[in-house]
Amino acid sequence: MKRRAHKGRCAPLALLAASGVLAASTVPAAGERLVASLSNHRVMVTSNFTGDELVLFGGIEQDAASRPRRGGYDIVVTVTGPRQTTVTFRKARVLGIWVNADARVFEDAPAYLAVLSNRPLAAITNAETLRRLQLGLDNIALPQRASVNIADAASDDPFRLAFIKIKSDHGLYREASNGVTFLTPALFRASIPLPAEVPVGTYEVDVRLFADGAQIARAPAPFEVYKSGFEQVVTAAARDHGVLYGLATAMMAVATGWFASVVFRRD
Amino acid sequence: MQIYLPIADLPVNVFVILAMGLAVGFISGMFGIGGGFLMTPLLIFLGISPAVAVASVTGHIAASSMSGAISYWRRRAIDLALAFMLLAGGIIGTACGVWLFTFLRAIGQLDITIGVSYVLLLGVVGALMVTESVRAIIRTRQGKPVELRRPGSHTWIHGLPFKLRFKRSRIYVSAIPVWGIGFIIGFVGAVMGIGGGFLLVPMLIYVLRVPTATVIGTSMVLTLVTMASATVMHAATNHLVDALLALFLMVGGVIGAQFGARAGQKMSGERLRLLLGLLVLAVGIRFALDLVLPPDTLYSIRPQDTDV
Repeated sequence: MKRRAHKGRCAPLALLAASGVLAASTVPAAGERLVASLSNHRVMVTSNFTGDELVLFGGIEQDAASRPRRGGYDIVVTVTGPRQTTVTFRKARVLGIWVNADARVFEDAPAYLAVLSNRPLAAITNAETLRRLQLGLDNIALPQRASVNIADAASDDPFRLAFIKIKSDHGLYREASNGVTFLTPALFRASIPLPAEVPVGTYEVDVRLFADGAQIARAPAPFEVYKSGFEQVVTAAARDHGVLYGLATAMMAVATGWFASVVFRRD
Repeated sequence: MQIYLPIADLPVNVFVILAMGLAVGFISGMFGIGGGFLMTPLLIFLGISPAVAVASVTGHIAASSMSGAISYWRRRAIDLALAFMLLAGGIIGTACGVWLFTFLRAIGQLDITIGVSYVLLLGVVGALMVTESVRAIIRTRQGKPVELRRPGSHTWIHGLPFKLRFKRSRIYVSAIPVWGIGFIIGFVGAVMGIGGGFLLVPMLIYVLRVPTATVIGTSMVLTLVTMASATVMHAATNHLVDALLALFLMVGGVIGAQFGARAGQKMSGERLRLLLGLLVLAVGIRFALDLVLPPDTLYSIRPQDTDV
C-alpha cells in the first residue's frame, strides 16, 4: 500500500483511489500507521439471512520515526451497532405475584457491541486507560435513567450487569480476548460475528493500536447492515403506507380464508 | 427452512410457524374461537416481540375465522342479524378498551393488569364451562333428557325492553344484553389483545340461550370483522404487523380450521364445551404459574417504543 501523508477525513478516499479497497488511517506523532479494511462494507439482510461474519484485516506500517517496540503491538477492535434506548426491568414479589417492580432506561445503548483483542484487555494496558477509552464491556458507557437524572452507574450495578448478560446471551454483546489474531508481527485479522438478530443500521468499527500500554494509532472502518429486496419492500410499505399495508394484510387474510374453504370444500 | 421476518427482524423456521398455525387453526375451527390467547404466547416463546406477535396474530385470526365462517355459512349456521347487533356494541367497547389500554400504559400498570386479567378471566370462564358441561354430560348419561332450552328458566334478562327476534337462532331477546355482550367482548379484546371468542361463545349460550348450532358460526363472523379491523388499526398506528409471519400463520391456520370445523360438528355440544373449558382453564393456570412461581431470571429487557 502506498504511503501518503494525508491526514483526517480525506485519507480513506485517497487510499480507496490508490489501492482499490476502502481503508483508513491516521498518522499520529509516534510514527506507526494503522490500516484496516473489512471483507464487506454492506451486509445485506435478505429472506434467507441467518447471521453473517465479517473479517477485518489490518496492517501496522512503520516509518523512519518509529522506534522498536519491546512489548510488541496490541490491537483492540470495538464494533458498535446502532443506538437503541432499552428498558431493563427487575421483577419483585408484590402480594404474592411476580411483577416488574423496578426499571432502568438505558439511553442510546448500542444494540450490538463487540470488543475483540489479541490478549486480555487488562494485559494490554492499565485499568485507568481502559476506563478512559471505554474499552471492554466493563468500561463501556451505558448511561441509564431511573427517573429524571441520567447517570452512568458503576460497572457492578445489578441492572447494568443484567443488561449486558441478556445482550451477551443473544450474541449481541461480546468480549473476546482471542478475537484478534496476528498473522505476522505487523499484520492482523479479526472476525466480527453478526447473529441473525442484529438490527439494521450503521456499525462503527474502531481499531486501536497499543504498544507498551499506550494507544499509538487508531483507524475507523464502518459498515452498514441493511435490508434488501423483498424484506426492504415490506419494511418500507409497513412504515410509509401503514393503512394500505394493513388493508392489504387484511385482504390477504380474507382471501386466504376464502381460498382454503374453496379448496377443501367437500359438500 | 429458515426465513427472515421483515418486521419481527429475526429468522424463524417456516415449518414451525406453519405447524403452529395448523394446530391453533384446528382448535379455532373446532370451537369457533380466534385462538389468539394460544397463538400470541407461542410466538412470544419463539422470540418474537410481544407487540409484533399481538399485531400479526390479528391477521391470522381473521383468516381462520373467514375460512371457518364460510363453512358455517354453507351449513346455514350463522345468524347475521345477531352478529351485526353484537358488532354495534363491540365497536363502542373497543374504543373504550383502547382508551383504558393507553391510560394503563401511561401509569405503567399495563403488564400486571393484563397478566392478572388473563388469569381471572381464563380461570373463571374455564372453571364455569368445565363444571357446566360435566353436569350436562352426567345428566345425559343418567338418561335424563338434554335441556338445550329451558323455557321456564327465563331470567331478568328476558324481561328487558327493545325485544328483537333473531330468526336463525330462534331466540327472542332484548337488544340491551346483545349490545352489552358485544361491548364486553370489544372492551376485553382491546385491553387484553385477544379476539374474545372463548368469552363470546359461553356468553351467547348461557346468557342469550343461543342454540349451539348457530353460536359458533355467529361468533366467527364477529371475530372476522373485529380482527380484520384490528389488523388495519395495528398496521396504521404501530407499523408492527409482520405480513410474512401473518401469511405463514394464515396458511397453516385456514387448513387447520377446515379440519377443526369438521371435527367440531361430529362432537356433541357438551363434550365440545368440556374440551374448550379444559383448554381455557389450562392456559389460565399456565398464566397463574407465571405470576406466582419465582422466575428463572429477575431481569428482562425490551426496546423502548414510543408508540403503543
